[in-house]
Amino acid sequence: MFRGALWLLAGRGCVGRGLSTRSGGSTPDWTEKVSEIKKKIQSALPGGAWDPLYDTSHLPPEHSDVVIVGGGVLGLSVAYWLKRLEKPRGAIRVLVVDRDHTYSRASTGLSVGGIRQQFSLPENIQLSLFSVDFLRNINEYLAVVDDPPLDVQFNPSGYLLLASEKGAAIMENNVKVQRPDMAALPSVITMVSQEQESATDRSPSLTRDIRQEGAKVCLMSPEQLQNKFPWINTDGVALASYGLEGEGWFDPWCLLQGLRRKIQSLGVFFCQGEVTRFSTSSSRMQTSGGKEMTLKRIHEVHVKMDHSLEYQPVECALVINAAGAWSGQVAELAGIGKGPPGTLEGTKLPVEPRKRYVYFWHCPEGPGLETPFMADTSGAYFRREGLGHNYLGGCSPTEEEEPDPGNLEVDHDFFQDKVWPHLAHRVPAFQSLKVRSAWAGYYDYNTFDQNGVVGPHPLVVNMYFATGFSGHGLQQAPAVGRAVAEMVLKGQFQTIDLSSLLFSRFYLGEKVEERNII
Amino acid sequence: MAAPRASLHLVAPKWNLGTSGIRGLSSAVTPEGNQRKGRMLLQFLTDRFYDVEAIRQYLFQKQVSKVHKENRSSTGIKKQYGPYIAGAYFVLKQGGAVKFQGEEWIRSKHGYSPLQLLSFQAVPIEAVDASDCAINYEGLDNLLALKELQSLLLQRCPHVDDWCLSRLHQLANSLQELSLAGCPRISERGLACLHHLQNLRRLDISDLPAVSNPGLTQILVEEMLPRCEVLGAEWAQGLKSGPEQQSQDTASPIPA
Repeated sequence: MFRGALWLLAGRGCVGRGLSTRSGGSTPDWTEKVSEIKKKIQSALPGGAWDPLYDTSHLPPEHSDVVIVGGGVLGLSVAYWLKRLEKPRGAIRVLVVDRDHTYSRASTGLSVGGIRQQFSLPENIQLSLFSVDFLRNINEYLAVVDDPPLDVQFNPSGYLLLASEKGAAIMENNVKVQRPDMAALPSVITMVSQEQESATDRSPSLTRDIRQEGAKVCLMSPEQLQNKFPWINTDGVALASYGLEGEGWFDPWCLLQGLRRKIQSLGVFFCQGEVTRFSTSSSRMQTSGGKEMTLKRIHEVHVKMDHSLEYQPVECALVINAAGAWSGQVAELAGIGKGPPGTLEGTKLPVEPRKRYVYFWHCPEGPGLETPFMADTSGAYFRREGLGHNYLGGCSPTEEEEPDPGNLEVDHDFFQDKVWPHLAHRVPAFQSLKVRSAWAGYYDYNTFDQNGVVGPHPLVVNMYFATGFSGHGLQQAPAVGRAVAEMVLKGQFQTIDLSSLLFSRFYLGEKVEERNII
Repeated sequence: MAAPRASLHLVAPKWNLGTSGIRGLSSAVTPEGNQRKGRMLLQFLTDRFYDVEAIRQYLFQKQVSKVHKENRSSTGIKKQYGPYIAGAYFVLKQGGAVKFQGEEWIRSKHGYSPLQLLSFQAVPIEAVDASDCAINYEGLDNLLALKELQSLLLQRCPHVDDWCLSRLHQLANSLQELSLAGCPRISERGLACLHHLQNLRRLDISDLPAVSNPGLTQILVEEMLPRCEVLGAEWAQGLKSGPEQQSQDTASPIPA
């Protein structure tokens, strides 16, 4: 080995000298040559990045079992669970490819960081429940020897969702789904309206009943709401649902870095590059009904380096599409959606980027430490940030007002016209506030039904999706990662059944919608 | 987030030194020279040998599962003897103290007989002192079943954190005194969810190392719980000294 190194060194030495004279250096610098030789010896020793022609340490490996396109919280979560659930240990080589290692436009870092269980779909509720458990025990899941423990800065202040007359029935049904023990109790709305009719004694008997169940979500009438949070203007509110435990907000960047650190220690490869092409092969198969289908298989992923034409074809067995707002483009590269419309081949992945603004303001008279994450009947939301009477918030625009997702520029007029009036109506103290800063981020918006897509594609058999969560991806990421890893390793969902979130629902037209209360 | 992206920072002292066990965390905060050298050697070995890394991970997992085992809920006892006996048994097993309504304090240090406990089957528990106990989120189940609990002391508990505080709303009807002094993992975010405890009259939040701004937090908690007496940091703590004090220092002549 040593003789070989010496021979290579001698051969290299000539080339090195020749190159240095050609590049115009007059007399070869002795110290420079020594350091060059040292570097070459080091790269020739085992463990170094050895390549006879040029340095390839920035390129991904040539073979990988699983390639995860997208290094945000969903992609890293899938990588973590793949490594955790694989048998035997170290069996699967995983590569995470992301085109921006600064995460400047990634939805994860720009997110407001809320987590709630108040959904109407049972799958969403279970996903959030597991994710909250994961966050609570994050230091058992993501512990790395010799590294400091993680602090996700979780604020357990809960979510407060307000409903108008129209949405009150839907909200009550949602809470019954979230808390099956409440299904036996009489309808809250009739009780609330009876209380309003009596108008004498506002006894908190309702809340006491709910508390006896050991509740985590409670329904509140406008009077109870006014008692609990005197700074709210309950005009137009018929019902409110307040999450007592397991809801709040946290620091998404910390979760991302914790996942990254842990999976690096588990041996996952990272690469900064853009996926430009999938090399696929097709085979014609016949269904049991006699219909002919073309099944595709991805063999190679071409990863292109930044600011360069250099690319590396990575041979892979599986591809996981966790590209967030750009998942639709990645799916098109694999040929998903290229076919006559109305057929399975022609069904695109309906995930596209949608820009959302977040504003940060200061209001010295604003609500205090007990402020939950409040979502108004109009769709405007806000939450407390820190101890200095600062708040974060925004509003989802209607379909007609959707801003252009081409860039992440902030429209300040949107706050003036669409967000502030609703906030000031709901919280009178917000009539005088001062916007300190604002930013914009993307939702990986599922235009079909605004819920995530999980699992394999029926035709491109080795592409799995973990995307399209339209604003609640961060809060469900740990659970979704586990579900996708189970699908990959065992072929079916084991802990949480997400069969209703598979890709095939886009072709079959089965919408799986959240019943919002707005 | 508008706040700058903070790198991972230490809230509790490093865990993998756990030589002195869970209760002796204070020694890990200020290491001596020899301990530091030992730690650096251990880190060196861990970086280079998979076996050492695996052994250390296993030891860490054992530590964690030890805490979980101590906080296992004893559903059998609960079913047979009721929530009060189960709660008392749990607290005394951990090394704390309980006070039944109309009785004296029963402390595990001073010894107790289980038969004595059984005689209190229908008597509700009034006060629990779980200071210095390894009680955590799961273990809190036993305490939350005590619906007549008036006083809860959780001083210097190493595993009580913000998540545990978010569960205390279940005791809102009865709890009048709560002490969280010296708990290393409680921050102002957990204190924010104490607003459910509207019957609280005494709250002790002194000496919380993880609270970023003790004086300001004290003021905000007092605003949040107007009928409660809050013991904690002085409001002037954390404020910089005023200009009068500074000029005084410069004016005083240095004796020759």
